[in-house]
Amino acid sequence: MSATVPLDPTVTADDGAVCTVRGLRVALTGDGAQGVDVVDGIDLTLRPGEVVGLVGESGSGKTTIGTALLGHARTGAAIDAGEVVVDGHDVLGLPEDEVRMLRGEHVAYMPQDPASALNPSIRIGRQIVELLELRGIDTPAGRLERARAGLAEVGLPDDDAFLARYPHQLSGGQVQRVALAMAFLPRPKVLVLDEPTTGLDVTTQTLVLETMERLCEAHGVAALYVTHDLAVIGTIADRVAVMYAGRIVELGPRAEVFARPTHPYTRALLDAIPHVGQARSLSGIPGQTPQPGRRPSGCRFHDRCAFATDACATTDPAPVTIGTGHWARCLRTDALGPWDLDTGRVPDADPDAERDVVLAVDGLSVSYGRTRVVHDVSFDLARGECVALVGESGSGKTTISRAVGGLHRQWTGSVVLDGHELARSARRRTLSDRKRIQYIFQNPYLSLNPRQTVEQLVRRPMELFGIARGRQATDRVAELLDSVALAPATMALRTDRLSGGERQRVAIARALAAEPDVLVCDEITSALDVSVQGAIVELLEGLRTRHGIAMLFVTHNLALVRSIAARVDILSAGRLVESGPVVRVMEQPQQEYTRTLLDNTPRIA
Amino acid sequence: MTTTRTTTPDPAAPGTTPDAPATTAGAPRRRGPALAWTLWAARRLGLAALTLWLVSVLVFVATAALGDPVKAILGKEAATNLGRAEQIREQLHLDESLWDRYWHWLGGLLTGDPGTSVANGLPVGELIGDRVVNSGVLVLIAAVVIVPVSFGVALVSARHRDKRLDHGIQLVVLTLAGLPEFVVGIVLVSVFSTVVFHALPAVTISAGGTAPWTQPASMILPVATLVLVVAPYVVRIMRSTLLDVLDSDYVDLARLKGVPERVVLRRHALRNAVVPGIQVIGLQLAWLASGIVLVEYLFSYPGIGASLVDSVRNSDVPMVQALAMIVAAVYVVVNLVADVLSILCTPRERTAISS
Ligand code: SF4
Repeated sequence: MSATVPLDPTVTADDGAVCTVRGLRVALTGDGAQGVDVVDGIDLTLRPGEVVGLVGESGSGKTTIGTALLGHARTGAAIDAGEVVVDGHDVLGLPEDEVRMLRGEHVAYMPQDPASALNPSIRIGRQIVELLELRGIDTPAGRLERARAGLAEVGLPDDDAFLARYPHQLSGGQVQRVALAMAFLPRPKVLVLDEPTTGLDVTTQTLVLETMERLCEAHGVAALYVTHDLAVIGTIADRVAVMYAGRIVELGPRAEVFARPTHPYTRALLDAIPHVGQARSLSGIPGQTPQPGRRPSGCRFHDRCAFATDACATTDPAPVTIGTGHWARCLRTDALGPWDLDTGRVPDADPDAERDVVLAVDGLSVSYGRTRVVHDVSFDLARGECVALVGESGSGKTTISRAVGGLHRQWTGSVVLDGHELARSARRRTLSDRKRIQYIFQNPYLSLNPRQTVEQLVRRPMELFGIARGRQATDRVAELLDSVALAPATMALRTDRLSGGERQRVAIARALAAEPDVLVCDEITSALDVSVQGAIVELLEGLRTRHGIAMLFVTHNLALVRSIAARVDILSAGRLVESGPVVRVMEQPQQEYTRTLLDNTPRIA
Repeated sequence: MTTTRTTTPDPAAPGTTPDAPATTAGAPRRRGPALAWTLWAARRLGLAALTLWLVSVLVFVATAALGDPVKAILGKEAATNLGRAEQIREQLHLDESLWDRYWHWLGGLLTGDPGTSVANGLPVGELIGDRVVNSGVLVLIAAVVIVPVSFGVALVSARHRDKRLDHGIQLVVLTLAGLPEFVVGIVLVSVFSTVVFHALPAVTISAGGTAPWTQPASMILPVATLVLVVAPYVVRIMRSTLLDVLDSDYVDLARLKGVPERVVLRRHALRNAVVPGIQVIGLQLAWLASGIVLVEYLFSYPGIGASLVDSVRNSDVPMVQALAMIVAAVYVVVNLVADVLSILCTPRERTAISS
């Protein structure tokens, strides 16, 4: 295999690099999995003070590369070829004990989910200085001083009370910044950040990213920023490496890659992501990202690539230089033609379109126990219209959708569906009311019963609401699966055999089986990869225009709202802050809060 | 919609719910930590006392109210030996109402006078005092051995997960856990004192009132039996907890941070695995309070086991009551201690009480 690993042309020419990766290969070690690579032929350099964004979807192997810089492979995998040189030390050639000594002071790691990565039973003050203490750096008082300085540097309190806290006593953003302070404290030369802002609100994310950038620059640290989020990469990275199925398929300076994306996969990714700045017709990438062991020969993208030829299936493409420090692994770079970000652009939803209101929510207040979490919220939803409920965590957006769907019953106010008021809980609503409003949950791994087949799941609402039974129902199931782009063969499968995107399609098909007038979608794409999100959005868009279904789309993602919704309601702390047609709210926000949200949403270009 | 579940859990759990207001420390409404802890301790103790009281009612009803104690004690003699029957009746206050007898007995228990043995007319306290101490010492020594041994074995096992050493340990542990305590005891006796070697005494001979631990050699086999009976459970629970913890993100981070493996195990892993360990040890010790009977019997150890057997055989009601209460009290106290220790070892719970 190593014969097919050509060197990155930029590697040899680079002497200022503080970290060099050459021909890195990590493979599975389990029985029967020998020789199956997780990542292969990875060449990468990091220079002091530079942030390199490593972007890829789940299963691409990006985290594996991140931890390989620290000489670590997760259980069940091992680094089996290549070279990693960090700050002059050959990481892969050293025994485990010495590699441990490199970690922290030479190469540090910032984990994916600090909330679970900080030890729950050690006070944060102790955790921050732990490494210095173990290495015998400085006196106890000196270490404490450093910890305080480190906390101040990331904008956190540095008093004793704060140092004495346990991780569970901090908010999400605070935990992230503690982890950042901890990683920077031993003054590493190289820092690996593994999706550190996933799940944070945009404002907190901006704060963490800015802090990170400032620290990297101040201390001349080279950072590898691993993420699935191209938009974040677009705001912080100096260079971008795009990963697909265990390979870096394109690498180059950020501006270059976003202006002249070359690899068909990079282009497809860019086509799939929404932008705050413009409405786009999003599209998915057909097929699925292949997992290790199922990856095709030749160009690993060839079974999903629109430009593939026969040669692509047999020849492993070598990097082709596109511009200075910009290359792509594709055989047909000459035949691809130019690419423009604006191709996917579509006009915004018409703000003055006539509306035929189907669902009206008036003066809605919701409580959990004695705490009121939503205060006097009113909005409405027209036939064939998508209305987005947007807010940060704690804004009450999901709570509102649950009240509308009848899943939470402690509320006051009125929800009127086609002129008649709905009962508080779904159980007390009439059969036809229940049929007309369907709810789709955020996590398709939890919302589908893994013991039932897809057919059973999708049939159930038809039988429940007396829409179809027997042979007729089976035919309907096939039709519905077809409309959500699932093969008829899926019918007999249980959901645990399906991927996340496929499960979410099944959940959508199940909701559609009831022939609803209103779909309540609760963050339904947030657990999915962007290319899958693109496909789901495409699908919903079709359903909305074809069947005139009204959609209440709950999300934290303003960029997505721009592409999918006609109207938007912005929530903060359980109150409606601003609402109106998407294009007006996004172009001329009236409220400070809306402006803050928009400013903090990462933009590409 | 019957098969659907939501990912949005109870909004009262801060931090885990994306859509719930996050409660950070320093909430406005706050009692002083000292007061909070006092209230908490008072509640715990009150609950323990309530449990013990309920147990006392049950014990009393089960031993005193069912059937005629005189008949039970004297058997056929009850009809012929009227004088003795009358004597017992008086001793047990059988002419009083059940209610009065109960209060009488409870009062006695609380003031340290659990009554007089029917079998030989001596005060119960005097009869069982030494034996309770003897049993207590046996269990205590066993516990002192069990804790480090099982934690150590579990640590070794988890450290070598799925390697040969781990498999070996698992096999031994599973086998031991499947054996009843008397089998373990008999095997030990035949190996170390009768058939193979003759190194250790097989029975505890306490000559006229001297405590058994004055002859340490005679303690070895009973302690070993208890350890072999209890430790396998603790090892198994600790091993699986440790494996979970070793797979956790914070242990991974500690490794990636550059912390040496032994510190990772000691500081990061063991500390978070200790709580289930405390729980299972607590349960096992509580079980020992009554499980010790067979082991003591096997080694003729002068503990409460033998007394319990004798008293039940003689229907010595006051003795049975006192012993039953002691066993119950051990249960309650050990569980209370285990709960309190678990809470003290879990920062999340600890801070939940003080704020
Ligand atoms: S090599 Fe072929 S299959 Fe691979 S990306 Fe290029 S055109 Fe597509």
